[in-house]
Amino acid sequence: MKMKVGTLVFGAAIGLTAAAANATTLEDVVARGELICGVSTGVAGFAAPDDQGNWSGVDIDVCRAVAAAVLGDASKVKYVPTTSKERFTALQSGEVDMLSRVTTWTFSRDVGLGFEFVGVNYYDGQGFMVPKALGVTSALQLDGATVCVQTGTTTELNLADYFRANNMEYSAVNVETADESRENYLSGACDVYTTDSSALAAARSTFDDPSAHQILPEIISKEPLGPLVRHGDAQWGDIVRWSFNAMVVAEEKGVTQGNVDDMKGSNDPEIQRLLGTDGDMGKQLGLSADWAYQVISQVGNYGESFERHIGVNTPIGLERGLNQLWTKGGILYSPPMR
Amino acid sequence: MSVSSTTGETSGGSWLYDPKVRSIFAQVVVVGSVVALFYFIIHNTAVNLEKRGIASGFDFLWEPARYDVTGGFLNVRSTQTHWDAFMAGLLNTFIVAVFGCLAATFLGVVMGVLRLSKNWLVSKLAAVYVETLRNVPVLLQILFWYGVFILMPKPKQSLALFDMFYFNNRQFLGPKVFFGDTPALSAAEQEAMIHRMGEVKYNKLVEASGGVENVPAALAESVKPVFGTGSWILPVSLIIAIVGVVLFRRWAKKRQENSGEQLPVFWISAGTIVLFPILCVLLSGTAVNVQYPELIGFNFVGGASIPVAFMALWFALSTYTATFVAEIVRAGILAVNYGQTEASFALGLRSGQAMRLNILPQALRVIVPPLTSQYLNLTKNSSLALVVGYPDVVGTIGGITLNQTGQAVECIVITMAVYLFFSLVISMFMNWYNKRIALVER
Ligand SMILES: N[C@@H](CCC(=O)N[C@@H](CS)C(=O)NCC(=O)O)C(=O)O
Repeated sequence: MKMKVGTLVFGAAIGLTAAAANATTLEDVVARGELICGVSTGVAGFAAPDDQGNWSGVDIDVCRAVAAAVLGDASKVKYVPTTSKERFTALQSGEVDMLSRVTTWTFSRDVGLGFEFVGVNYYDGQGFMVPKALGVTSALQLDGATVCVQTGTTTELNLADYFRANNMEYSAVNVETADESRENYLSGACDVYTTDSSALAAARSTFDDPSAHQILPEIISKEPLGPLVRHGDAQWGDIVRWSFNAMVVAEEKGVTQGNVDDMKGSNDPEIQRLLGTDGDMGKQLGLSADWAYQVISQVGNYGESFERHIGVNTPIGLERGLNQLWTKGGILYSPPMR
Repeated sequence: MSVSSTTGETSGGSWLYDPKVRSIFAQVVVVGSVVALFYFIIHNTAVNLEKRGIASGFDFLWEPARYDVTGGFLNVRSTQTHWDAFMAGLLNTFIVAVFGCLAATFLGVVMGVLRLSKNWLVSKLAAVYVETLRNVPVLLQILFWYGVFILMPKPKQSLALFDMFYFNNRQFLGPKVFFGDTPALSAAEQEAMIHRMGEVKYNKLVEASGGVENVPAALAESVKPVFGTGSWILPVSLIIAIVGVVLFRRWAKKRQENSGEQLPVFWISAGTIVLFPILCVLLSGTAVNVQYPELIGFNFVGGASIPVAFMALWFALSTYTATFVAEIVRAGILAVNYGQTEASFALGLRSGQAMRLNILPQALRVIVPPLTSQYLNLTKNSSLALVVGYPDVVGTIGGITLNQTGQAVECIVITMAVYLFFSLVISMFMNWYNKRIALVER
């Protein structure tokens, strides 16, 4: 019975999006006065609700940036928590306008599932965490281990590949959310916890005794995490892409939440185009002229968002590393605003 | 008379009010809208899938799954196909459903009978069991049992019984018994094994199985079931024993009807089924190999094991469903007139005999139909396996495959078909059984 209802709902959902698809996503969002953003169920520093139910994190900031650009108010977002497994159905069925949910950009998702990834807001790779007491120093010593892994992720596929390539065996404990992983790992139902290494650091920061756990040196995959939208609405894809790029360009140009008002008087042409004092980029996107100004004044630039939520001064303590600007030794690089 | 003549006169508009015409019209409208709705849904799904560039069809089933299925009763590797992963899921669902129904029936009958006990304490305990477990959502009960099991000691500190049985927070393990000589792996096969699992692992297995000569049995565990020469003796002798017992029971019944003499039918049947195959195996000199689980590295290797995820699911589903079965059994027994009990006693039956020979057979007619829906419920509830990571159909084809391939419609259809199939088989079996026990009208 459950299954039957599920399919009907699924069928109906796909059926109904056809009806709704006549309006563009931008028109829908403006008419609704609210952006519906699919996020994770809780990864500290990326997307996590506080005691009052206010969400924060670098993934949340991408949603906020889009809301600021489109609606002029970064707080007009409804966050829909999705598990790794549900997230794509949520986007496909039109339940959410976009996903910003530690999601790896892969060929099959971009092409096969009919999505459009609009950028990378965190360059990551998959790692392994073990209790120090286990005495393991390399992932190559994990033969025969029991591994906690989230289903519906690239993680489970990389895990299978890595163990097979190295002639090792494992047994998986498949879980649906980061919380369940944590519970199983801490109770010892698995020896190892594997996921994107940023998420490992985030999880470790929430443990009672983070120092008793160690992230192994091997990084076994590329995990470019970024926001995505449905195929077929190019304008909406552009809006999300450039709302995020605005944060990167702002950092590159030294525009911050604090100085953005002063920067309006800057005579750097790219800053002028960015802040809408010159050119008509806003109009081309179907937005107001100050769209990027709203993003930066309400959300901040990429570096500010990074340091606020996951940087070295937070409990998560991630280095910028690859996520440093290209001019400073990283690979963070936005196409020019021109 | 006058009524019929009136209808005749106003015949011009009367068909509008004709109940027959109206009901046909209503049915056509209903059927038509249902068909139209389905057409709309299917058409829209197809159009939208195409618009998003999502290919449909079942070809993906023959592509490599790329994920491993572990933690159930059959492991599937990432190089095997989605179909293989589906089969593993199907097997896992089948195992919980069957063992769940068996345990729920047993526990339910016991609790149902106990609740009617004249002993105040016993009947109250049964009542408390039924009333509490019935009212707690089964999902919570699954999580509860899982929580209990993962708090057990870790593998290195496993609770051990006779160095044969081990209990830890991942598996319950015991010795595995092989019948028949397992053919020694050829040099080429050994080579292939070493290549596949690596020398280190292979050597560990040699060590665990106590020497190279025992390796085939140990390898069989992780590679494929090996049916050694002579392994057919066990199943064949079991079948012979069962057939023999059926014939024996018929004969004993006839004998009792003719002469009134009784035989200890139960003990003879049970003894034959257990002892005859064992005797055959021993007399034929078939080799019996026992392989014990051995802690190697992080986990146990070898032996027979049951994952705790299964235990949690099985415990929760069967204790939960047993509460409903208990109520059904109690209702069934109460439905049999008390005069029947008195009549049994008057014939000199003891109360156990009265229950077994007179009351229960009559109660069964009331019990079986609602019991069917409990079996269906249990089977469907087993899809909650997901929350403890037990890889059932919903977790494999309806979960990971669906997610990784994006073939949502196909995967859901397959998953639904599985539950539909299980439900139909259960219903068919129960209907057959119900007919068999029905009152024979003369
Ligand atoms: N980047 C990978 C993994 C993403 C993923 O699910 N990560 C976990 C990391 S812990 C997560 O987001 N969990 C949060 C949740 O369950 O809501 C992917 O896109 O498949």
